[in-house]
Amino acid sequence: MTEFTPGSALAGGLMIGASASLLLNLNGRIAGISGIVAGLFQRDLREVSWRAAFVAGVLLAPLLYSVLFGPLPPVIFDAAVGMIMAAGLLVGFGTRLGSGCTSGHGVCGLSRGSPRSVLATGVFMITAVVTVLITRHLIGQ
Amino acid sequence: MLALSAFAAGLLFGLGLIVSQMVNPAKVLAFLDVTGSWDPSLAFVMVGATAASAIGYAVANSRGIPVLGDRLEIPNRRDFDARLIGGAALFGIGWGLVGLCPGPAVVMLPFGLWQGSAFVVAMLAGMGLFAALRSAKAGSSSREVGV
Repeated sequence: MTEFTPGSALAGGLMIGASASLLLNLNGRIAGISGIVAGLFQRDLREVSWRAAFVAGVLLAPLLYSVLFGPLPPVIFDAAVGMIMAAGLLVGFGTRLGSGCTSGHGVCGLSRGSPRSVLATGVFMITAVVTVLITRHLIGQ
Repeated sequence: MLALSAFAAGLLFGLGLIVSQMVNPAKVLAFLDVTGSWDPSLAFVMVGATAASAIGYAVANSRGIPVLGDRLEIPNRRDFDARLIGGAALFGIGWGLVGLCPGPAVVMLPFGLWQGSAFVVAMLAGMGLFAALRSAKAGSSSREVGV
């Protein structure tokens, strides 16, 4: 049970989209986090450096947030360790197999009308909703 | 310069994830729980993000080249394959199990919660497993383009 927060959701979304616009217009690259993180592990240092810088920016965001806006928002987990590890494995493997995640397909891909991203976003939204339906309502917790 | 601009973009990206509360798995699961006590907030994240990104794409496309980089590296494949669908399906299941996707998982690391750290370790293992299987299959590896 969470509160409906359309204002901060829209504001945060605009920042994410502005970030994707910056990276595309300045560096010429797509702000797909799964691809950026996976690409950290390669020998081409030119490719590694901008990715590492992007990830460093993401990692410093909580500090900047707390300086600008005060305490960080709540982060509430409702999963045991086994579930978290299984989910992490599926997210890591699935985003590489499907070439993208919520940012690469869901934001960057949809915004340029890529048919592959439209399909991928539809598929991961459906399987995520069905997964929640099963774990919350059919099996119960 | 490429690293500096990427750093700024990453900082803004992370801020957006926190401001929008995408970092809160409870919020994400409430968005995905359409038959329960549905919280549609994250639809507004998608609307804001795709709208702002669409403007950026239009600008980049009309300019043709990025300000600092050599060229626009935009995926141009339009075909559908089992890999795309299967990968997206697996990702969605993992997302729905805990409520974390890769961006929020990374931005959450400094929060110092064991759940976030364990998730990132498992996610990197999943990515590593994919890379290992692919190179075992292909025998050689080529550079990946973001999406």
